[in-house]
Amino acid sequence: MLLELRHVTKDFPGVRALDGVSLDLNQGEVLALCGENGAGKSTLIKVLAGYWPHGSYGGEIAIEGKGVRFRNLRDAEEHGIALIAQELALVPGLSIAENLLLGREPVGRGGLVDWERSFAEARRGLALVGLDVDPKRPVRELGVGQQQMVEIARALLKDARILILDEPTAALTEADTARLLSLLRDLRSRGVSSIYISHRLDEVFSLADRITVLRDGRSVGTGATSEMSRERVIALMVGREVKDLYPRPDTTPGKVALRVEDWCVEDPVNPGRFVVKNVSFEVREGEVLGVAGLLGAGRTALVSSLFGASLSPVRGRLALGDGPLRGPFTTPAEAIAAGCALVSEDRKRYGLVLEADLRENLTLATLARYVKRLLLLDHPAREKASDELSAALRIRSPGLKTQAGQLSGGNQQKVVLGKWLLTNPRVLFLDEPTRGIDVGARAEVYELIAGLARKGLAVVLVSSDLPEVLGLAHRVLVLSLGNRTGLLDWNEATPERVMEAATAATKAEARA
Amino acid sequence: MKIPWRALTMVLALLVIWVAFAALTDGTFMTPRNLSLLARQMAVTSILAVAMVLVIVAGQIDLSVGALAGLAGAVAAVTFTNKGWPLGAAFLAALALGMLLGAIQGALVAYVRIPPFIVTLGGMLIFQGTLLGVTGGVSTSPPRVFLFVGQSYLPRGLGWALAVIVGTALLLQAARSDTAGRVRSVLLAGLAFAFTGVLNAYEGIPLPVLLVLVLAAALWLLAAHTPAGRHLYAIGGNREAAFYSGIAIERRVVQVFTLMGLFSAIAGIVLTARVGSATSDAGRMMELDAIAAAVIGGTSLLGGQGTVWGALLGALVMASLDNGMSLLNTEAFWQPILKGAILVVAVGADIATRRR
Repeated sequence: MLLELRHVTKDFPGVRALDGVSLDLNQGEVLALCGENGAGKSTLIKVLAGYWPHGSYGGEIAIEGKGVRFRNLRDAEEHGIALIAQELALVPGLSIAENLLLGREPVGRGGLVDWERSFAEARRGLALVGLDVDPKRPVRELGVGQQQMVEIARALLKDARILILDEPTAALTEADTARLLSLLRDLRSRGVSSIYISHRLDEVFSLADRITVLRDGRSVGTGATSEMSRERVIALMVGREVKDLYPRPDTTPGKVALRVEDWCVEDPVNPGRFVVKNVSFEVREGEVLGVAGLLGAGRTALVSSLFGASLSPVRGRLALGDGPLRGPFTTPAEAIAAGCALVSEDRKRYGLVLEADLRENLTLATLARYVKRLLLLDHPAREKASDELSAALRIRSPGLKTQAGQLSGGNQQKVVLGKWLLTNPRVLFLDEPTRGIDVGARAEVYELIAGLARKGLAVVLVSSDLPEVLGLAHRVLVLSLGNRTGLLDWNEATPERVMEAATAATKAEARA
Repeated sequence: MKIPWRALTMVLALLVIWVAFAALTDGTFMTPRNLSLLARQMAVTSILAVAMVLVIVAGQIDLSVGALAGLAGAVAAVTFTNKGWPLGAAFLAALALGMLLGAIQGALVAYVRIPPFIVTLGGMLIFQGTLLGVTGGVSTSPPRVFLFVGQSYLPRGLGWALAVIVGTALLLQAARSDTAGRVRSVLLAGLAFAFTGVLNAYEGIPLPVLLVLVLAAALWLLAAHTPAGRHLYAIGGNREAAFYSGIAIERRVVQVFTLMGLFSAIAGIVLTARVGSATSDAGRMMELDAIAAAVIGGTSLLGGQGTVWGALLGALVMASLDNGMSLLNTEAFWQPILKGAILVVAVGADIATRRR
């Protein structure tokens, strides 16, 4: 046995994050760690990697049968444990070689860095992960996938025997993901073990030898991958069977809520080219319109331009409800005033003020409504609205004074949704609303979306998760390189037909 | 071949300023006498700016350097002139004081986690007050021997000897490097000879100017070629990454503030020696000149980016504006206005070009 954890317990003020977790890892094995956000995965790996020093947690860690006590990250590294954190720990302005050897630069004459040796060592590290780039280049010039490889190379240069990867594919493209998985398999065959944390069960099942599931700080099940099924893992994660993950609202769409005609959006990088080309569609009250397409199909450009948030020129006409056809909104403020709301792709960047508390965040878009006499804000009214909303959306937090940044991804998303619901929108644009959210919270977000549609809201749902689109939407608009290549009713929208439409323009372009 | 567009743009901007002033002053600006004056005028700001680069690169800021320079310069002058300390002891006392005060400020930033803006703003006020107390409001004029640091010149022969040594070293290096490195080394060697030629045509290389070059070279080595220097870039570029790489962030922060204190003290001694007296408002506002020089020279206030040579170029731009406007007899109020405008325009242009 390479690594053993026995009854590890870790308390934070008021919370027990880990409650007697035991697990073990063999040499040359990939162990997947699954669990919802808040299940204790991050805490567990921080204990393992020495981030939480010995003495701050209960229980024992042993490597090859010998008990170890890490005081810091460096101690853990010396025992061959390397953490590849979720946020890449690289310095963009420094060269690849400098990043690979950061903190242990080879020093030559007069205390100066020995560059010859640095570059040689860096090339050796890059070869270990099969990356063919010049180590003198700054890291910022690399893609996310390559940066990840650099991180792994750095760990291998420190003679890591155990790699801990925390959501390594969250920001990777499919090709980069495939490359990473094959590298990890290759390393496994060379005797390097990995602990792999991912929300993406496909990856877990294709890579891991064994799976351990955590829930509420406890290990609730471990088994060989061959003996586990997706359903079993999900059931262990959420503690119940998730039957109807996708509750398609059983509403009959009413009047047209939004009509879009000949919508064009210019490419912000290449003026003269278009990322959305003459797209027309309409959404009705109580309807969920799914928008599907591959990366670069123009889905995000479409909804953000409809919301008046496009950075590049937009052409076309739109009408809300019975209103007249008009040109595009030029600012989000106009769109909000007309009854639109957008839950954007990146909630941390565009959706939330992470340092502000829940009340601030929930009432941010509707502050004008809470202004009393003397231009002061009516805090009790904001408090009340936030309270009601927080209960209605089942936002789990210690209280309204909690900072948004401290909530889990699912609860953050509910806060963003709540903020927009307070504006009483008629049309709600959702861009990747469940990205980075675990299965349990996801089900709640779906339930919310369905509930909103039942109340007569028109919902435009953009998502890369095809089952999500097919499960929730009444109709699916398919984009391909900015063209509308399909508009399917839910009962005719199969994954095959959607994918066919999504690749239609790519194929046409390839032929041309 | 990678062309350093940034550096070229800066040099070009400097040439435009020089040509404009040369034309407006009928050539007076470009005379060896004036260029020598210009070089001496920029010395104090340059010493502060080259160290400020490292502070800013590490994601910090130091507003106290002007006041600290004034204080350290006064301590050297007062201990030497009024207390009769040996010159070496007086200088060492000033340098030690600078390092100590820098280290204290660094410790407050690193360990007590008070934002550097606040710590050094407090430091600035405290040092200004102390300076007033030390000088008693009257200026102290040290005797001639003190002033050599700021007012003497290198004998011409020695100047040429240095130019030959530096030039040869550069050309030897050129032989071993790629095309880009070769072009750069040959240009720099040419620059070394031109520099020596121009200054020798007046009185010789001024000692404070030589000091600036030596200090800048030392800091460049530190910044670009030692682990400590690279760690400062890592800390400013991505603090998390630096932490996860096992870099002792707190210790490095204390070190960079100590270094800044040392350089402030050196700048203070040079300032006192150049002006010929220690006054109660010496060094005032110089922190802003130093920060402006670093920023015009390409240092990012967000940390992680900046070079020592860029700061030197930035200081030269600022000093050229001061000097040229003085020659033109522009009313004094225009100088800060134009410098402020240049600062904003330079950084604005940099951001605009970097965005595309």
